[in-house]
Amino acid sequence: MMKSFRGGVHPNDRKSYTANKPIETAPLPNKAIIPVRQHIGAPCSPIVAKGDLVKKGQLIATTDAFVSGNVHASISGKVIDVGEYPHPGLGTCLAIVIENDGQDEWAEGIPLKRDWQSLDADSINKIIREAGIVGMGGATFPTHVKMTVPKDKTAEAFILNAAECEPYLTADHRLMLEESARIVTGVKIAMKALGVTKGYVGIEDNKPDAIEVMKKAFEGTGVEVMGLPTKYPQGAEKMLIKVITGKEVPSGGLPMDVGVVVQNVGTAIAISDAVTQGIPLIQRVTTISGKAIKEPKNILVRVGTTFREAIDFCGGFASTPEKILSGGPMMGMAEPHIDLPIIKGVSGILALAEGESNTGKQSPCIRCGRCLNACPMGLNPSMFSLLGEKNLFEEAVEDFSLLDCVECGSCVYACPAKRNIVQYVKYSKAQNAAKKAAKK
Amino acid sequence: MAEVKSNKELFNVSVSPHIRSEESVSKIMWTVNLTLAPAALFGVYHFGLNALMIILLGIVSAVFFEWAVEKIRKKPITIKDGSAFLTGLLLAMCLPPTLPAWMAIVGSFIAIVVAKHAMGGIGSNIFNPAHIGRAALMVSWPVAMTTWSKMTTSVPDVVSSATPLNILKQQGYDALISTFGSASNMYQAMFLGNRSGSIGETCTVLLVLGGLFLIYKKYINWQVPVVMIGTVGILTWIFGPAGFLTGDPLFHMMAGGLIIGAFFMATDMVTIPITIKGQIIFAFGAGVLTTLIRLKGGYPEGVCYAILLMNCLTPLIDRFCQPKKFGVRG
Ligand code: SF4
Ligand code: SF4
Repeated sequence: MMKSFRGGVHPNDRKSYTANKPIETAPLPNKAIIPVRQHIGAPCSPIVAKGDLVKKGQLIATTDAFVSGNVHASISGKVIDVGEYPHPGLGTCLAIVIENDGQDEWAEGIPLKRDWQSLDADSINKIIREAGIVGMGGATFPTHVKMTVPKDKTAEAFILNAAECEPYLTADHRLMLEESARIVTGVKIAMKALGVTKGYVGIEDNKPDAIEVMKKAFEGTGVEVMGLPTKYPQGAEKMLIKVITGKEVPSGGLPMDVGVVVQNVGTAIAISDAVTQGIPLIQRVTTISGKAIKEPKNILVRVGTTFREAIDFCGGFASTPEKILSGGPMMGMAEPHIDLPIIKGVSGILALAEGESNTGKQSPCIRCGRCLNACPMGLNPSMFSLLGEKNLFEEAVEDFSLLDCVECGSCVYACPAKRNIVQYVKYSKAQNAAKKAAKK
Repeated sequence: MAEVKSNKELFNVSVSPHIRSEESVSKIMWTVNLTLAPAALFGVYHFGLNALMIILLGIVSAVFFEWAVEKIRKKPITIKDGSAFLTGLLLAMCLPPTLPAWMAIVGSFIAIVVAKHAMGGIGSNIFNPAHIGRAALMVSWPVAMTTWSKMTTSVPDVVSSATPLNILKQQGYDALISTFGSASNMYQAMFLGNRSGSIGETCTVLLVLGGLFLIYKKYINWQVPVVMIGTVGILTWIFGPAGFLTGDPLFHMMAGGLIIGAFFMATDMVTIPITIKGQIIFAFGAGVLTTLIRLKGGYPEGVCYAILLMNCLTPLIDRFCQPKKFGVRG
């Protein structure tokens, strides 16, 4: 058995709803709502206007800012609006709305055939950047930024994050079973761009079939496929790196500080598609699940399709959901309604039935220490809720390393008093950032 | 510009995570109550009706005071969470069985109203409420609090009404052994609970079993009772009555309120350090202080004061014993 990381929790993984369901292709939306911000970093500006005709894969919003992600049309048709629309992560956001012409026609030059072996690192990163690829596990950090090795650092290893440690989610699991060739290509390309020879694939051992398939697929490539102990948050970058390489990313640092770059399964496939076929990121595989969904599925869906359409494709609601989540139940976001577009980072849509979410009522902290034992970052989460309650966010930052918190939710999961620690963390971080900005 | 689509909140939008473990405060508290129950029932069987009265009055009044304070201060009523019940039960178990039963009500008042709610309610109190209640009674009615009954069960009459620790303090070790007849008789009596003492403290075996269950449920850390009891054992052995290494650790470990204190009070999560490192320091300190009071102090028993004293140090210990952070060397 591999050594695990310290802390963590063991929520019921509830993956059986969809783990054995092959990926189905969702119908194209009648209109695609495509926000100009689907990533961490600078927003893009639309380069099309109302009335324009666009083709699938055509660039429709971009920016010169390095930390950003290009946006492409996910269907062919007419731009019928450019305006503020609901957004799963930001409330609302400027979006380009394309009415489907039913042709599903590619923009010129796509798809193409490209021999990636002859490309150098810079051209690979350029392609990735142009294709608008962002981290598809949910963090949506622009991939080309992660893949660009700073001058003063050297990359030593690449890790494919296939842990998929969030309960319910099975999109990466299915991709590993069904799309192993593209994953292998994506990993090889990433390793070439980084100039590394060491590669790892980390999969939680609750997916033995995926481990087996990946082992076969990566045979002879020198990439090591590893079954990891199933424990949340195994898929958090820092934990994954620790378990696989034994190295701890320093507090406040990035994986690159220990010479490692981590990418997720969906991202590897996007890299493969972009580099070998010139296809930008316009679709993704996502898991639609939860007790309130009639037929939970893994679906391949175009960006800009609404949650409602995706849920309808899964037979609609079986009962009135109490919560709608984009992402998993540990770190995902609760959404107020379902008229929201699926964007690049939506790794799952969950409709939790009454009682399924079990958040409980917050009561005073009894100092039981369970949150400390659960925290993979070695923090004292109880203090975040106590100090947050009193608005003492500066103390939380300085004395208790608030900024090291990755908001994984393990502490809250474990807390018998149902303290909403992550809520206080988010609040305190925002307050702290605001205060810092005001000081400048 | 298109109108912003209605953002009406149809669904619950509370912050992540959206699933929680089954653990709850009341589950923990009621489990602790349950694990204490056998030793408490033994106390009733052993000491008789007055012990039962004390336990009942202790619990009922503690729950009542909790309800009343919360009612008056217009706070949510939390009597169902089992914590006031626990305070009442623990307090009663630490009282002498001959105490006028109404005094338990006074103890509960001090414990719940003063030691718990005046300090901010559950989670904010520095001292173990049951111990504060007991200490207050000790100060108010020192005679009643140190008068011990004969037991009702059929044990050799030679076991006088004084507690073993009292006999040790006043008459010495040889007198102690002769009260029980022999050393092995004594160990057996102390293990099974056939001795004088507070209502719930005597039955070592039932208390240890209850404590083991809490360890198994991960509600307490095994290090705390082991370190505290072990420290007392080792120190009392080293500093024996007839010089170095002549003590009787076995006796001391089972005597007085050490077993109940180490398993059920030095593990009271609210009033002890939050990290395991800190808890070990706490337990060690409590063990040292207990021994010091027993061997050198004016009282025959020191568990209650030792734990209360260490409670004061909890914030300090917490400050120095923080968990090891990920990505930070050292
Ligand atoms: S788990 Fe909850 S009750 Fe326990 S110490 Fe942490 S915040 Fe407090
Ligand atoms: S949310 Fe933050 S404090 Fe809580 S367990 Fe995760 S890293 Fe630790």
